[in-house]
Amino acid sequence: MITKTKSLKVENISMIIACALFVLMFVAGSAMYDHFGSVSTFLNLFNDNAYLIVVAVGITFVLLTGGIDISVSSVVAFTCVFSAFLLQRGWPAFIVIPVVLLVGLLNGFLIGYCVQVFHIQPFIITLASQFLLRGMCAVVSTVSIPIENDFYKAAALSKLSFKVGRANAKFYLYVFLALIVVFIAYYVLKYTRFGRTVYAIGSNELSAGYMGLDVKRVKIGVYMISGFCAALGGVIFSFYTLAGYSLQNMGMELDAISSAVIGGTLLTGGVGNVWGSVIGVLIQGVIQTIVTYQNLNAWWTRVTIAALLCLFIVLQRIISIRADRQKGKG
Amino acid sequence: MALPVSGEAMGKRDILYMTDICKTFPGVKALDHVRFGLREGEIHSLLGENGAGKSTLIKVLTGVEQKDFGTIMMDGKEISPQSPIDAQNSGISTVYQEVNLCPDLSVAENVFIGREPKKGRHIDWKKVNERTREILKDFDLDINVEERLDNYPVAIQQMIAIARAVDVNAKVLILDEPTSSLSAQEVKKLFDIMRMLRDRGLGIVFVTHFLDQVYEVSDRITVLRNGTFVGTYDADKLPMLELVGKMIGKDYDSLEAIPKLTNTGKEYKELLRIEDGTTGEISGINVSIGEGEVTGFSGLLGSGRSELARLIFGADKKTKGKTFIKGKEKDIRNPLDAIKNDIAFCPEDRKKEGIVGDLTIRENITIALQSKRGLLHKISRKEADEITEKLIKDLAIKTPSADQKIKNLSGGNQQKVLLARWLATDPDLLILDEPTRGIDIGAKAEIQKIVVDLASKGMSCIFISSELEEMERCCSKMFVLNDKKIVGQLSGDEISQSAIMKQIAGEE
Repeated sequence: MITKTKSLKVENISMIIACALFVLMFVAGSAMYDHFGSVSTFLNLFNDNAYLIVVAVGITFVLLTGGIDISVSSVVAFTCVFSAFLLQRGWPAFIVIPVVLLVGLLNGFLIGYCVQVFHIQPFIITLASQFLLRGMCAVVSTVSIPIENDFYKAAALSKLSFKVGRANAKFYLYVFLALIVVFIAYYVLKYTRFGRTVYAIGSNELSAGYMGLDVKRVKIGVYMISGFCAALGGVIFSFYTLAGYSLQNMGMELDAISSAVIGGTLLTGGVGNVWGSVIGVLIQGVIQTIVTYQNLNAWWTRVTIAALLCLFIVLQRIISIRADRQKGKG
Repeated sequence: MALPVSGEAMGKRDILYMTDICKTFPGVKALDHVRFGLREGEIHSLLGENGAGKSTLIKVLTGVEQKDFGTIMMDGKEISPQSPIDAQNSGISTVYQEVNLCPDLSVAENVFIGREPKKGRHIDWKKVNERTREILKDFDLDINVEERLDNYPVAIQQMIAIARAVDVNAKVLILDEPTSSLSAQEVKKLFDIMRMLRDRGLGIVFVTHFLDQVYEVSDRITVLRNGTFVGTYDADKLPMLELVGKMIGKDYDSLEAIPKLTNTGKEYKELLRIEDGTTGEISGINVSIGEGEVTGFSGLLGSGRSELARLIFGADKKTKGKTFIKGKEKDIRNPLDAIKNDIAFCPEDRKKEGIVGDLTIRENITIALQSKRGLLHKISRKEADEITEKLIKDLAIKTPSADQKIKNLSGGNQQKVLLARWLATDPDLLILDEPTRGIDIGAKAEIQKIVVDLASKGMSCIFISSELEEMERCCSKMFVLNDKKIVGQLSGDEISQSAIMKQIAGEE
């Protein structure tokens, strides 16, 4: 009989490797370029990617159930365009923001409802949603709309500035919003029945049902969370760019998914957590920064991420195959 | 004859009482006025062949299906469960054949998910783990409850599933084929736990195919046949032969009626020979298979009998050794080579490696023939129809039509379709790994008969089974394996269960 074995979980190993990789790349960047190795660079990773962190956290819920949501980039774009459009008409920010968040939530609900009640493949229904919302962006406006609302401007510019040594470092307030989302998500996934049900569904949906868990509600719920986070990411992105343009963020859903995967979330569900997704985003941020410093074409970011993604997926497989073998011997 | 179902007279209270249960599926009357009574503190076996209605009865009881007619009384109150949770709330818990837990979650979480102890608003993980340790102590399980569930073997996972089922305040525990993937030792442990739970006053419904296990633990037995109630009996007053008769509705003699090939004492011409065959799994194998002979590979689970079959079929890479077919050396490096040399292989796990559930019977039967001929030579619909019709008739596959999806057939009929698939390719050598596992006695006898018939028509068969009795009945030659080696060979009248066991144990 097996007693008290302690083995490393797949997600832990992936996360440790991801953390190590992040540190390694940051140190390498610092060694290669002047000004790279600073608190300022580190904080900028958050400043530039706050919206992606929020979106990645939301999509992690869906991935953990074994589903997928490729509509998030369009939700982000639509949020930006629609916000800019409404603000341009003179709507106040405290109405616009709830409205766009509600749109994200509703979009998520419709997706979840189709997945759960009509058993439609999440890929297809979120693809439809992606096309729909991207199209709706163009219906609202084909040209970029600038945002000149005072609240948005204030949100875009409020930051903590401080000196570290000789350099100036800054930390935008909207990053706190992103970090709050991460903490809430962590709490929900770890300490609530809803969160544990998310893992149970990803692990074995049928069993989850037999064990009396509310599979239906939770499955619709994760798509609503993903939709809500995408819309919130969109709001943060409109703080960041102060404009709404129908073609922005094309393909960004894949950045969010790859962040989660690099951070140890399995696309088959049941394994992963939000911290991994945050680290995944930061790794992508570091790559982007290095590419910028190196003066390379921006597409090199994608090439590097592609290579990393392959590496991580193969690594996860190797770890789980080895775990299976050991179990066989035990 | 049948005792009254109610157990009031025995001093023990009926906790569950089902009467007049009817359930009709399109075209099939699955349950026809069936009754079933369960007392407090008893282990009650529910038996019947595949299609007898025991799964349907369990499904009705656990809320997976709804009855058309009849009453279910639980603890004196009528219930009508609409879902497994509903049944669970009435005190009926089920542990299914495939363990229904979440492999990625921890042991403790699997016991408590959905009803976690909380501290304020959030889950109290410390308490979850502590209480799980306490519960598992009753089951004599000393394991790390924070470990992922799938790091433990199936037997332990099953205990954990039972622990959960009992802990949700169950009065009735249904165990659906709990022993089918356990070793003998694990089965013993499970039975100890079942007895312990019975002595605590739980009513346990035990569904199984293994008749000797029924007698080991049961207090009473209920038999169903063709969706009807045959009777409820005290286990110690019903001999096994009589029980089998009641299950299949005919005398046990019809099982014995299979001619023993061993009596013919015939000399067989050699079809295939392996010299010094070695793979990563087994080594130093020398076997010879005769034309038109049924050869058995016998041994305990894990003895290397399946690995030997895989070696012959080229499914495991050979590191050493030679294969001769009809005296000529052949290089069989992969299953396609084997198929081209007219060797066919029916693997052990039919759900995983064999049937394609969503395809029709016709497609399932012709799939191997098509791959043998190559994709460019498409089998015409007419030919496919002819082959399928003939095989459905020859093997007596019970189905409304060849267009039926195979997943809708019973286990025994699925196995026959698999057999038909390989027969369609007209092989010289057919390897059958556990062809009768998990199917009922009637279908078992039919498959044994088919194998013997095929051999008498000149096809060689390799037969692998855990049941020595059916090996003894079907094989005219037998290789006995232990610890990944061939430890003995028997032929003709030498083959007997005791001789096989002696060779496995290394006596003589």
